[in-house]
Amino acid sequence: MPGIAITFTSGKGGVGKTTVTANLAVALALLGRRVTAIDTDIGLRNLDIVMGMENRIIYDIVDVVEGRCHLYQALIRDKRFSSLHLLPASQTRDKTAVTPQDMVAICQELKKNNDFVLIDSPAGIELGFRNALAGADELVVVTTPEVAAVRSADRILGLIESIGKGSSQLIINRIKPSMVRRGDMLDTFDVIEFLAIELLGVVPEDEAILIATNQGIPLACEAKTPAGQAFHNIAYRLLGEEVPFLPIFEEPETLFTRIRRVLRLSY
Amino acid sequence: MNIFSRLFGKRTSSKEVAKQRLRLVLIHDRSGIPPELLHVIKNEIITVISKHVWVDREGIELNLSHEEGHTRLVADIPVASLRQGQATRQRGTSRR
Repeated sequence: MPGIAITFTSGKGGVGKTTVTANLAVALALLGRRVTAIDTDIGLRNLDIVMGMENRIIYDIVDVVEGRCHLYQALIRDKRFSSLHLLPASQTRDKTAVTPQDMVAICQELKKNNDFVLIDSPAGIELGFRNALAGADELVVVTTPEVAAVRSADRILGLIESIGKGSSQLIINRIKPSMVRRGDMLDTFDVIEFLAIELLGVVPEDEAILIATNQGIPLACEAKTPAGQAFHNIAYRLLGEEVPFLPIFEEPETLFTRIRRVLRLSY
Repeated sequence: MNIFSRLFGKRTSSKEVAKQRLRLVLIHDRSGIPPELLHVIKNEIITVISKHVWVDREGIELNLSHEEGHTRLVADIPVASLRQGQATRQRGTSRR
């Protein structure tokens, strides 16, 4: 049975598409699935950094498209999980080096030998975004609970609809439970209400993410931190299991927490 | 803001401000009518209405709103009756 290609996109940069892609790739590989991650941000590659593979790149996606190597020669195998591979982007070329038709062909081939092909889209709505969408069976829009990010996500959803791609799901990234509790951050329900889209997962802000990126070992290799747990829950949902959403986001403010907040603010 | 108003008063949370701003910006984005175009439409409406009645240019408001799945262009145009010399407000709405 061929695998499924999922594109992660957001419109706005910096919301965590690459982190989400890398961690879900690892989480799915941990569950024994064959996964290939594709970096489509040609000219500004960074999925290789987050996955800790930057020193092992020999060929990239442009070499594949221009026939300098076979597709399978360009794949880098993860050192920890033998069922996880990366197809890196080129750092020296620009987005016009790959066409949507190329992406469709690459995804078709990779789906034959993988359960999941995860495509990391570049920011923006130009050719790179259209390339990332071309080969996708499913789409996941990544956003953060901020006005600009939600606005971009809404625009992206409009574009996806106009292109005629199927339904999309949403990941809300970098939510801060403490800020949600005191009314200074949009919560899960607010974002869903604005975007009217199915929720795939909610990932809390977690310092462990930066530490993991520093080390080039995606956080999902261990599920002990809040964000790591969230990625594993999303991976299970991608496999069709029903996992309840983490309950920490909707705690109402009590008089006690309000007193604590006010005292902290006044010092 | 003192400690009591923080504890018991109603602080307008920044989340509510964010929701309000997001609501407006999404109405514009989804309608495909940018604020610049709204400004052009407003000026043309003033020109047309001014042929017949005297309107208070400063008080005119033209906004998009979104209710029950329909985007509406809502114009609020204060009309100053020349005969009586006082302003009366008339509300005109047009469905897009």
